[in-house]
Amino acid sequence: MALLEVSDLRTSFYTRGGVVRAVDGVSFTLDKGETLGIVGESGSGKSVTCYSLMKLIPEPPGRIESGTAIFDGQDLLRMSARDLRKVRGNRISMIFQDPMTSLNPYLRISTQLIEALRIHRDIDKKAALNKAIAALEEVGIPGASSRVHQYPHEFSGGMRQRVMIAMALITEPDLLIADEPTTALDVTVQAQILDIIKERQERLGTAVILVTHDLGVVAGTCDKVNVMYGGKLMESGTAEQVFYDPIHPYTRSLQKTIPSLQTKGADLYTIPGLPPDVSKPINGCAFYPRCPYPKVAQPEGERPQLVENGDGHCFADCRFCDSSAPIESVLPKHDAGDVDTAQDIREGEGAA
Amino acid sequence: MSDHSETAVLADEPVPPPIEANEIAAEELEEGSSLWRDAWHRLKRNRLAVSSLFIFIFIALFCVVGPWLSPYDSQTQDLFLGAVGPSADHWFGTDTLGRDLMVRVMEGGRISLLVGLVATLVALLIGVMYGATAGYLGGKVDSAMMRFVDLLYALPFTIFVILLMVAFGRSLWLIFVAIGCIEWLTTARIVRSGVISLKKQEFVEAANSLGFSHMRIIVRHLIPNVLGPVIVVATLTVPAVMLLEAFLSFLGLGIQPPNASWGVLINEGQQNMEIFPWMLIFPAFFFALTLFCLNFLGDGLRDALDPKSAKD
Repeated sequence: MALLEVSDLRTSFYTRGGVVRAVDGVSFTLDKGETLGIVGESGSGKSVTCYSLMKLIPEPPGRIESGTAIFDGQDLLRMSARDLRKVRGNRISMIFQDPMTSLNPYLRISTQLIEALRIHRDIDKKAALNKAIAALEEVGIPGASSRVHQYPHEFSGGMRQRVMIAMALITEPDLLIADEPTTALDVTVQAQILDIIKERQERLGTAVILVTHDLGVVAGTCDKVNVMYGGKLMESGTAEQVFYDPIHPYTRSLQKTIPSLQTKGADLYTIPGLPPDVSKPINGCAFYPRCPYPKVAQPEGERPQLVENGDGHCFADCRFCDSSAPIESVLPKHDAGDVDTAQDIREGEGAA
Repeated sequence: MSDHSETAVLADEPVPPPIEANEIAAEELEEGSSLWRDAWHRLKRNRLAVSSLFIFIFIALFCVVGPWLSPYDSQTQDLFLGAVGPSADHWFGTDTLGRDLMVRVMEGGRISLLVGLVATLVALLIGVMYGATAGYLGGKVDSAMMRFVDLLYALPFTIFVILLMVAFGRSLWLIFVAIGCIEWLTTARIVRSGVISLKKQEFVEAANSLGFSHMRIIVRHLIPNVLGPVIVVATLTVPAVMLLEAFLSFLGLGIQPPNASWGVLINEGQQNMEIFPWMLIFPAFFFALTLFCLNFLGDGLRDALDPKSAKD
């Protein structure tokens, strides 16, 4: 049985500007020890998906409308607050985007590490401290036995993210949710942090959900990938399937934006326009206004359903464009000075 | 510091730990860590704050122990003597009724300090818990709780106190209650706004994701973060409370003659200051000195409570 089985998760935010359907019917499964990458642009619902699983959505304005998230036989979305606290930090842990603000500036690292451990385990202070030091050593913090007593501001960004990883993994959870763990860090540190997550995961057999908008990261570390757009899954499958054989126009466009896959010297490819405004009803296809493929029909009705390719490779079955046509023929020309980006964005806004 | 460790990561070299961390580390294993113990470590390095603390303790001892050592009684009048200036017999002089001013300053200090500290402490306790709860829960609960605060703000203080006096009769404890009831409002507002800005921060979310209870998050994670401004408010509250007490006494609602507080003594002295200036100078000096000490102490405490302000 899968460790985590999410089906038809829907989370909305009731704002003054209308109902924002941040996550609109997302389903996926995750096995023990597996890494699932969730990719997508800003506002595509990747983070909200994760926060919903932990029930960390601020209510109101947020609300988990429907769906189930069966974690080890229990539905996370229907658990009592008390039971949920026993799962959080114990069996499911989370790493946040910005390590600069995710540690309490007023408490020593040791206090924060030990607190997480002592809440969930019956362990005395001294043993907990030793475990905290060991956890810091495991994430590669030099001089852990003395640095454990320092305050967060005495650590650099990369170091703090290591501390966060140590804190999240100190209870040896079954599932680690990493919400863009490397976004706030510089590139050299990013690679180290990912290596550490990977290494700890292999050692502890933890399943990982990695939220990111860095496709390179996903390709390098994930077993499975979910591509999200406008609150829905556009495509899901193994990393190989999604990256080497993308089917949905959005995934294909995303793949084309990876700088290292583009011709040297040419302008970098970007998807024109902006992500859709999910507070307004989406007619037919959320990606339609930005889709670079030749359009064959006007978008209308329900958004396309996910269909399976036979080997676990799922994609939203788009019926409004011809994704078999070569993409280049319809691309807006990106000659320097010809189309400026501001223009693109304005057009995109109008379309969305 | 942070740049330093960053390069260390890149070069894969261990960072030499700061010596201070080791010192504390050794103690910590035995005593366990606490915010206040760390703050005390840092406070000890602030000379102004430490000397203020000592002067304050001295004043407190002077007021508490002094009257027992003095040959005079604060209420025995010597109408033949009248008001005389400082002399070998009466170091601070005497008041118009011939009472020894030094003993009166000491006994007045007892009451002023008691009112100042107890009322402030009560105000802080209520204000911090109330404000933190309102700020953390937010939404309708917050609105309801803060409207109640507004309501109390709008209540005229004097009328409130007179009502209390009528209902419960006159007593020192009633002054604590009355002043405490008014002074916690500001604290509550400050703590609430602090908590509201803090609760959006990721460390609160992280604490939530680690399965901490709301109570724990409020008490362990949020309140320490707002203590800085609260301490400053506290140091401003103590003089405010002492002045309020003087005001109440002036109206005949607070301390009644022959008892005295600094406020009462200053008031008396101010009426006679052109003829018998010592009657104003001595109580005013102690009052001012106490307030100075509390201010410096509060300032030092605020710095000490913030780990980032450590200058080492």
